[in-house]
Amino acid sequence: MAVLTDADIEALGLTLRLATTVTVLLLLLGLPLAWWLAHTRSRWRRPITAVVALPLVLPPTVLGFYLLMLLGPDGAVGRAMAALGLAALPFTFKGLVVASMLYSLPFVVQPLQNAFEAVGNRPLEVAACLRAGPLDRFFSIALPLALPGVLTAAVLGFAHTVGEFGVVLMIGGNIPGQTRVLSMRIYDHVQAGEYHQANVLSLCLLVVSFAALLAMSLLRTRRHSRD
Amino acid sequence: MTDSPHGLEAKLAWRSGALAFDIDLSLPAQGITALFGPSGAGKTSCLRAIAGLEQHASGRVSFGSDVWQDSSHRVFLPPHRRRIGYVFQEPSLFTHRSVVGNLDFGYRRAGRPVHLDRDGLIDRFGLRPLLERRIDNLSGGERQRVSMVQALLSDPALLLFDEPLSALDGAARSDLMGCLESLHATLKVPMVYVSHNVDEVARLADHLVLMEAGHVVAQGNLQETLTRLDLPPALGEAVGTVIDGQVVDYDAHDQLIALEFVGGRLWLPYRHESVGQRLRCRIGARDVVLTKAPQEGTSALNQLPCRIVAVADADHPSQVLVQLDAGGSTLLARITRRSWHELALSPGSAVWAQVKAVALGL
Repeated sequence: MAVLTDADIEALGLTLRLATTVTVLLLLLGLPLAWWLAHTRSRWRRPITAVVALPLVLPPTVLGFYLLMLLGPDGAVGRAMAALGLAALPFTFKGLVVASMLYSLPFVVQPLQNAFEAVGNRPLEVAACLRAGPLDRFFSIALPLALPGVLTAAVLGFAHTVGEFGVVLMIGGNIPGQTRVLSMRIYDHVQAGEYHQANVLSLCLLVVSFAALLAMSLLRTRRHSRD
Repeated sequence: MTDSPHGLEAKLAWRSGALAFDIDLSLPAQGITALFGPSGAGKTSCLRAIAGLEQHASGRVSFGSDVWQDSSHRVFLPPHRRRIGYVFQEPSLFTHRSVVGNLDFGYRRAGRPVHLDRDGLIDRFGLRPLLERRIDNLSGGERQRVSMVQALLSDPALLLFDEPLSALDGAARSDLMGCLESLHATLKVPMVYVSHNVDEVARLADHLVLMEAGHVVAQGNLQETLTRLDLPPALGEAVGTVIDGQVVDYDAHDQLIALEFVGGRLWLPYRHESVGQRLRCRIGARDVVLTKAPQEGTSALNQLPCRIVAVADADHPSQVLVQLDAGGSTLLARITRRSWHELALSPGSAVWAQVKAVALGL
């Protein structure tokens, strides 16, 4: 791979590590959140739905800016963390994970919520009448029936995290091995006039995104033809 | 046979849309109770409230010595702890599991009780060839059979069936009816069976609860309740008699069977019954003609000597409902007011009830 420099490969590895971490964490967080949103009758449902959807319309730089304010040494969270003896998050991999999770939240929660809503109440009622308690119903009925939605959520969350730039710029910076992800590297190459390398890396991103969406669509049609 | 002390007791009230429910039920600990009424009477909501699926219903529900709900003491057992077997109106199986995966869902959670004859139930409902099939490849009737066995295998103390036949027609319907009748004969737990079809009720139920607009308007033994004269007009079509008798003769040439019951003998069309078996037969009030004397030269095969017990206005001003005693069985006849006067009938009069065999369609 003569075209990729060591720095490029490092950026690629970091990007995959970030996207995987964020996807796994977001699924763990998103499943209960989406479940709650799909079933609650609480008056908090609409405000929370709006907050979850916010990153869809907010410029990533705005999100990154507020995170920087909040997590920085003078921010509320930053000060609390310092008081607890924890290292500050901005310009670290962890900080990037936190920011990416917020940024990709709607891409994971919305498909999950749609899937849970599509499953509906009836299968859960049937299961309840067959002696299945709430947790049992979630794992043996709701989750398997919502599986296509879980796959969609994972693919979208992963692909979206791979492609982020504005948030990284604001809160991650461009530290090799820490926060210099693929999109930053492409930007660097373009700044330096290295269009060929920028092109190679961009192609990488394009192929990954295309493959993810294709795989998702193939999985769907296979399920459909079985049904 | 019906009034054992420890059945289901439910006193519940709740609102659903424009309908205010106020239910007071007391059901026997065995046999099938039909929850019967016109569409929109709230039968399904009532069944859901008993199951604990209507969380707005407040009041008290007990079964035997177990209290399932007591709102005044903040007791509410969720459905999965009520030991119920619920069959929904539209088949609702788990599409991500095979037929056998569906059947065993509740069975496994009930701890595979040894007193349940799993294989026997699978065979009786004809599910053996379907076990490995996917739910999407089943017909409506097959799905409903799976739902019933699924519910039976969860070792319920009470079965709740919500119009399980209403989405079916033709062969699937009569097929499933046969399954239910055979189930009735061997059932050890009580069942509440929601229906708006009086023929289903007549064939299956021992006990009847009549509902209208969210309220229970009458409840009691099936025969006694269906022959009451004071039922609301909305139930007008349902009134009639259910005869429970024994097949004593089969005329192979004319394809008729004779059914002997308390109060006489009826000829009715042969439908693969065998001599000696018990059979229920419904005589709708519309299908009874009254005459002062036994008739000759009539096509009606059945003539039963009766005495008039009582008379009441029917739902149409031109008609009356006449309650008859046929040697110990109560019959009901719906006749015109004009006939009532022209025949000079009155309570105590002796009359003959003519019943066309072809009207005994069950």
